[in-house]
This record gives sequence, C-alpha cells and structure tokens, in this order.
Amino acid sequence: MTEPAGSEPAPAAAAVRAAVTGRRRSYGRYVAGKVAGAAGSLAFVLVLGFFLFRVLPGDPARTLGRGRFKTQDQLEEFRAQYGLDQPLPQQFLTYLKNTFSGDLGESLRYRTPVSDLILDRLWPTLLLVGTATLLATLIGVYLGVISAWNRGKATDKITTGTTLTLYSMPEWWLGLLLIAAFAVGMGPLPGIFPTGGLHSVDAEPGTIGYVGDTALHLVLPVLTLVLVYLADFSLIMRSSLLDEIGEDYLVTARAKGLRDVEVRRRHATRNALLPTTTLIALSIGFVVSGAITVETVFSIPGLGLLATEALTIPDYWVLQGTFLVTSAGVILANLLANLVYGLLDPRVRS
Amino acid sequence: MNGVDAVSAVLDLRDVTVTYRTAEGPLPAVRGVDLTVRPGEVVGLAGESGCGKSTLVGTVLRLQPASATVEGEVLVLGQDVQSISWGKLRALRWAGASIVFQGALHSLNPVQRIGAQIAEPIRLHEPELSRQAVDVRVEELLEQVGLAASRKRSYPHQLSGGQRQRVMIAMALACRPQLVVADEPTTALDVMVQAQILDLLKDLVRDLGVGLLIISHDLSVLADICDRVVVMYAGRIVESGRANEVFTDPLHPYTKALSGAFPRIGDPAARYAPAGLAGDPPDPRDLPPGCSFAPRCPLAVPECTVAEPPLVEVGPGRPVACIRVGES
Repeated sequence: MTEPAGSEPAPAAAAVRAAVTGRRRSYGRYVAGKVAGAAGSLAFVLVLGFFLFRVLPGDPARTLGRGRFKTQDQLEEFRAQYGLDQPLPQQFLTYLKNTFSGDLGESLRYRTPVSDLILDRLWPTLLLVGTATLLATLIGVYLGVISAWNRGKATDKITTGTTLTLYSMPEWWLGLLLIAAFAVGMGPLPGIFPTGGLHSVDAEPGTIGYVGDTALHLVLPVLTLVLVYLADFSLIMRSSLLDEIGEDYLVTARAKGLRDVEVRRRHATRNALLPTTTLIALSIGFVVSGAITVETVFSIPGLGLLATEALTIPDYWVLQGTFLVTSAGVILANLLANLVYGLLDPRVRS
Repeated sequence: MNGVDAVSAVLDLRDVTVTYRTAEGPLPAVRGVDLTVRPGEVVGLAGESGCGKSTLVGTVLRLQPASATVEGEVLVLGQDVQSISWGKLRALRWAGASIVFQGALHSLNPVQRIGAQIAEPIRLHEPELSRQAVDVRVEELLEQVGLAASRKRSYPHQLSGGQRQRVMIAMALACRPQLVVADEPTTALDVMVQAQILDLLKDLVRDLGVGLLIISHDLSVLADICDRVVVMYAGRIVESGRANEVFTDPLHPYTKALSGAFPRIGDPAARYAPAGLAGDPPDPRDLPPGCSFAPRCPLAVPECTVAEPPLVEVGPGRPVACIRVGES
C-alpha cells in the first residue's frame, strides 16, 4: 500500500480536548498528515518513473530505435533530439522541469505531445470505467447488504455464489462471450449491440443521436466490467456488515423500538459502509488506469489501449506518461479515501 | 396506558423459563423465575456469571436471540411482551421500559454523537416534538446525569467509562419509562465511579418514581441501593427478601458464599476468613440431580440430591430454596 503509516497516537486527554473545542483542528492535522503522505508517494512515483525506463538494461536509443538506425550519425541525432546524450543527473533535472510544466515528451508513433494524447484518451476511459465503477458500487453494496442481513439463507447463497463466479471470470473472456451473444448474435438471437469502438463512423458529434450511439457502444463493455467488479463491492460490504451485526449497539437500537429496516439502515449499514468507502475511493483511482483488457477487447480508444499500443512499439514517452498519470490517479484516490474516511469515522481522527 | 394495571407491578415475570437451542441440545438458561418490580421500587438480581441474569434482561423487551424459547409470562406494564404484536412491542420498547446495557462502550454506536443517540428514541416515540424541544430534552438529560450539555457533541470514544455509563443512563431515561433495567451497570468501572453511578441511579429512581431492576454479581452493591434482592443460581431463584436482610443474614448457603465473597468493611472475621466458593456453576445442559447447588454446597446431605428444593417462605417475604434452612 502506498498509504503512509498513520500512527499519531495523540494523548487521550488532548484528543478529547481537541474534539470538544473544535473538531476542525484535529481533522486539519489528520488531513495534513495524509496530504504529506500522498505528496511523498507522488514524489517517489516521479523518481521511479524516470529511472524505471532508463535503468533497464540496454541502450535506450537502440531499444527505441529497434534497428531503425543504420548509421552512427542517425543514432547520435536521435539521442540529441531526446536529450539522451546528456549525463543522467542533467536528464533527471530536465525531466522534472518538463513534467512540472506539463510536458511529458513526444510520442514516437504519433509525433504529437504525450500530454495531448493522454488527455484525448482519458475521456473514453473515464466514461467507460467511471460508469462501470459507479454501477458496480451501487449494485454491489446493495447486494452485500441484502446477503449479509439474510446470512445463510437462499438470498445470501445465490448472491454470493453468483458474484463470486462472475468475479473469477477473466474480463476479456467474459467480454468476448458477451460480444458473441449480444453483438454478433447467437442462434435465433440477433446481434443488438455493436462489437466495439466508442462511436459509429457516421455519428454526428454533438447530437442526441451521437449520445445514444455512444451509450449503445458502452453497454457491453460497461456490463463486462460491472459483472466482474460486482463481487469486489458486494463481498466487502457483506463482510463488513456481518462484522457489525454481532455488535451490542444494534441490540440497543432494537431496544429503542426501531424497526428492523431502521436498525439496518441507520446503524448497521451506515457503520459498515465505512470500510467500503475506502475500497470505493481506491477503485476510483483505477478508473484512470482503466481496464486494459476490456478496452482492447472492445477497441475503446482509452488510456488502457494507448498503453497497450505503446508497449508494442515501444513508445517510451507514452509509457512514461501513462505510468505517471495512472499512478497519480491511484495516489490521489487513496488520499481521497483517507480524507472521506476521516470525515465519516470520528475514531480515525483522534 | 392500561388503567386497570396502573397501580400494580411495572414488571411481572411469571414462571419464566428460557431455553436456548444449541448444537449439544437444549440449554435451559432460566428455569421458572417469578419476579415483580413495582413503581418506585429498586429490585436487585444477584448471581454468578452464567446464572441466567442477562438472559432474563433480554426477555423483558423480547430481545432474546432467535435460538431462545421463552415460556411463562413477561408482563411489562401489564402487557405480555412475548406475545403482543410487533407494533405494540415497538411502542413499549424504551417508552415503557428501557435498559441500561452492560458495557456502555459497545452498546453505544461508535460513530454517532451521543446527543443524536439520546435523541433517537425521543424522536421515534414522540414524533410530535420539535427539533428544539428534543434538543432541550437531550441537554436536560445530560445535566440530570451530571454531564455538561455540550457533551452531546462528543463521540463515545471521547468519553471515559463512567461518562459513557452516565450517557447510557441518560439515554435510558430519554422517553420517561416506567421501568428501567440496569444490566451490570457498574461492572467495568472503578470503585469510586461505581459509587457515583449507583447514587445517580438511586436518586433518579426516587425522583422519577420508576421501577428499577438492577442486575449485578456483587451482592454488596445491591444491598446498598435496593429495596429487595433476588438471588439466582443456575437459572433459578434460590432466595429473595429485603436487601439488608439478605445481605446481613443470608439463609441459602449460596447467598452466604456470595455475600462472603465481598469482604464487609469493619468486619474482621470477613477479612481474615474470606469465604470463597469452590468449583464452578454447573453446566445448564447437564444439571446435577436435586438441588443444583448441592455439589458445591458445604451443607449438602444425601437428601439434597433427591429433588429440586422448592422456594419456601421461611419468614415474612423471605422465600428460600433449601431443605436445610431452619434445621440449624
């Protein structure tokens, strides 16, 4: 985990005083600690991003050139163009300067700035994985609550069994099955959905038809991801709710005269959502890194597909750029998870 | 509520038996208990861990687990809680009778402010009250139990054990119930705080005129604040009577051992010869024949194992279940 060890056992008396006089102060300190941790992780990723692609054995220019350079002059020229003739510390400084000014280098394949490429590809990925994560979260949490509250009964067994089976399927395999069934059509079943891509060729951007067309293209890839992700959320929610079900404060809630549903919603589920929040926020981080296999299977022009394509060339700066962006996404989501958790659970703050 | 029973008991247990279904067979936790608490009366229920005290608490508001079968009648304010409809039961819960649960740390929701937790039953049972009125009531309740009104913004983990127990008491009084059941209210607290909490309970009962059933394994605690004390052993009542009589002049050998387990201040004999009790309470699934206490009893004779001794009045308001009482 990139999370820094959050061990600030403030003296109990101080914690109580801080909580009474103003919880903002204690939360402020908590936030400062978490932000510092995230900043440290980002710095580490920045350094790692530089060395990961340079410390690899072999001459970068030769690896990159893949024998495309026939003469020594071409090699030298290539090196000069990308600053590879400079000493390593100088290269590192240039890298830092460029990265901070938003310059992630130029793609070898597309001959366009990597930052433009990534921005271009970010949108389809956000749309695909974002929608899938949102749906998987809502449905998964609901299923988790239902199966935990009916532990051991048929509802629980069917839900848990189904989500686990789906979870164990490779995304690309499930994607291909769905394509075969619903895009190509099987037997009497006609193909309803497109096999891939994000838009039809003839769709006019900016029209209602274009939106509908995009939505139609997204149905199968989103469904694939939702089905596979479902167990992530339902099982976590189920187990954290089961942890709460044995707790004494639920007996108190019942003794107060609350209905079973109220005990579940107001007390059990709300408290069980706390650990699940962390997982949800973390998975938001992976929205950026996308679903490489699903994007490939459905030919969605997202970040995942960009990275896969870059690997085959290999498009050095594109890889470095996507590495930075996706890592930053995960770190920021982790930070978000911690901040939200701190807001929701008063015990974390003190 | 029920005009006919208004003057009678707030809690009336009639021949209550609670049996748990377990993998190793039925486990009778409570066997034929009769117990009455009148308005303004403080009744203590004493006994070792595992004698069925807490099981009995659960039956008062029908909170026993699904694996438990309750027989007999549990009358709270004249209503049999084990058979009334869920709607009536929910209305009775907390508004008619409330419970100060054992272990306040776990019985409070860890991530809700205590003010909200105290306000919850008020909002539930008196939905006509305005937000301000509920707020005022919560602050009054906190002050009533000796906490600052500003404490309503605290979370349970920010309070000490004694403060949390005070919160539990404030919460139990939130809907002005006629019966409060306190399950080991002072067990986890140090002696000074114990005394404060007990005084608080006693004062509240006197001021509000509610009936209080207080459960403890510590007979001396009960002797201090109760009007009457009931002693349980292995799921049965073995002795009851006025608190000071039971404590200073215990008749049942088990009560003798129980009162001897806590040395009395100013009694050198108790200090130098602490009367411990050898052995453990019997397994409720495998009770010894006759008197359940016989295997541990210093006075046991062969006749003790023949039949379970009935509760017999040996003095005015002093029923005891022991065949050897009155012999010596």
